[in-house]
Amino acid sequence: MNIIVCIKQTFDTEAKISLENGAVKEDGVQFILNPYDEYAVEEALKIKEEQGGEVTVVTVGPARVEEAIRTALAMGADEAIHIEDEAAYGDEYTIAEVLAAAIRQKSYDLILAGNQAVDDGSGQVAVRLAQLLDIAHISTITKLEIHGTQVVAERDAEGDTEIAEASLPVLVTAQQGLNEPRYPSLIGIRKASKKPLTKLTLADLGLSADAVGRKVTPVEVFLPAAKGAGRILEGDTAMRVQELVRELRQTSKVL
Amino acid sequence: MELRLSSEQEAMRKLVRDFAGRVIAPQAQSIDETDAFPRSIVKQMGELGLLGLPIPEEYGGVGADYVSYMLAIEEISYASAALGVILAVHTSVGTLPIYHFGTPEQRELYVPKLATGEWIGAFALTEPNAGSDAQSIQTRAVRDGDFYRLTGNKVFITNGGEADVYTVFAVTQPGMGAHGMSAFIVPKETKGFHVGKKERKMGLNGSSTAELIFDEAWVPVENRLGAEGEGFKIAMSQLDGGRIGIAAQALGIARAAFDAGKQYVAQRRQFGRPLADFQSIQITLADLAMQIEAAKLLTYRAATLRARNAPCTMEASMAKLFSTDTAMHVTTEAVQLFGGYGYTKDYPVERYMRDAKVTQIYEGTNQIQRIVIAKSLANKE
Repeated sequence: MNIIVCIKQTFDTEAKISLENGAVKEDGVQFILNPYDEYAVEEALKIKEEQGGEVTVVTVGPARVEEAIRTALAMGADEAIHIEDEAAYGDEYTIAEVLAAAIRQKSYDLILAGNQAVDDGSGQVAVRLAQLLDIAHISTITKLEIHGTQVVAERDAEGDTEIAEASLPVLVTAQQGLNEPRYPSLIGIRKASKKPLTKLTLADLGLSADAVGRKVTPVEVFLPAAKGAGRILEGDTAMRVQELVRELRQTSKVL
Repeated sequence: MELRLSSEQEAMRKLVRDFAGRVIAPQAQSIDETDAFPRSIVKQMGELGLLGLPIPEEYGGVGADYVSYMLAIEEISYASAALGVILAVHTSVGTLPIYHFGTPEQRELYVPKLATGEWIGAFALTEPNAGSDAQSIQTRAVRDGDFYRLTGNKVFITNGGEADVYTVFAVTQPGMGAHGMSAFIVPKETKGFHVGKKERKMGLNGSSTAELIFDEAWVPVENRLGAEGEGFKIAMSQLDGGRIGIAAQALGIARAAFDAGKQYVAQRRQFGRPLADFQSIQITLADLAMQIEAAKLLTYRAATLRARNAPCTMEASMAKLFSTDTAMHVTTEAVQLFGGYGYTKDYPVERYMRDAKVTQIYEGTNQIQRIVIAKSLANKE
């Protein structure tokens, strides 16, 4: 089975974010493999271990994203494709078009991706990609089973579980709970540096910068307002309840 | 000149740092308090590949360079200096001499099991009357047919009683000094070999330091490491690497103490403001940060030389001496920054201070390092 995993390098979720010239400042920020993509890589490796096959990771981004690629390779992915081209770093539309062009050059049975990236959280790229490739997709899955060409996936649905079926080739996106991603081993890191990593540009993919230019432009990027100090209500219970109701009505206006 | 880690070295460091923070750090205090050998953590370190970092892949290791190995010791020691020394001794002197000087059969038999952590290694040179003066060991090895009979006592043996394989030094030709010494691979179950008293130490609790007793221990001739008389050469061959390892251990301890102190002074308020707002505290932090940086540069530089097999005896001694003195100073100052709380076991800085002390003593005392540096200078003239 040929499995493709789309990954993204994101800020460390524990990183302190600061802005500079209307963009997130990258200096001193730790970058990680998007946690949802880690579930996707882990699931791909589990399927490979059970059914055999090849796992290829694909990503778009500047030179620094190679670290995320190495992490996926150290976990056990077989090879990687890195599209490194300024003109490819657009919006969700751009990334989906670029990934589709790269993936069309490969043969695949299954495509995995994270449900969303923890940085912008838009959750669009993978489903757009399925549309462009004209294949079915099942999003935010928490369980995946593949028998022959039959795919059965589970996903959370309003506190219950929805079961979706599809046939290969299919694209699925990973939700938290799908699995427990493995830690790479030191020998995995050693092996990762010897695995094939193909670097591509838009020209290699037969794409022009104009054709994949962004459709959406951010107008403003700002940090959430600083959280004010809390207030501890005083007095006996009746007094505190009264005060709380008053606050909820008048100050926060939620009642 | 640029000192920059390769992406592979960076990835390995990150992996070890994550592991140390996730698995070791939460248990570091209890390892110190119970003084129990952290076997389950050592096992996990083996699974990760940590116990065979500089050993080639075909012998079960990772095949990493010496710099990656040094970074691993630093990161592990940041969380627990006890695990740092278990790792450093197991690898630098417990495994590498067998890998470098072993016959193909010895390599095949011992190295893969050591590199994967199935077995733990130890190195037995020091005796009650032969510490820095290693040439005057008295343990005897007398040839008897296809065996040697080893008799004598070793002390302060790290991983003693926990290790599966010991590289033991004994005199085969008395009166020949350094040239009369030979090395032997002694498995723990060897007849006539016993583990004696386990030392109760000031620090590095959880790592085992024990006496070894050889009472006519029967060691087959095929377990001799190298030729007869090559023992001293084998013992000395790993010194540079061993010293860089201890420099890295001390660096890890110093960094841990500094980070704890820096964090504490940002939170602790006196006279209505955080301690970090006082200039005297800021100056202390600036001095400590500078010394740690200098220790780091000396250590990384020595490791880089070692990684490309360049001569590094003087650089290794300088790194060991400076980094361990820095660790002692930084940990003492960290306790001072914590004030009365620093003297209690509720905070880790008193542990760092106790752990730091031995780094100035073992793997060649800092007095010996000065002699080594001075000799290297004289040789260069």
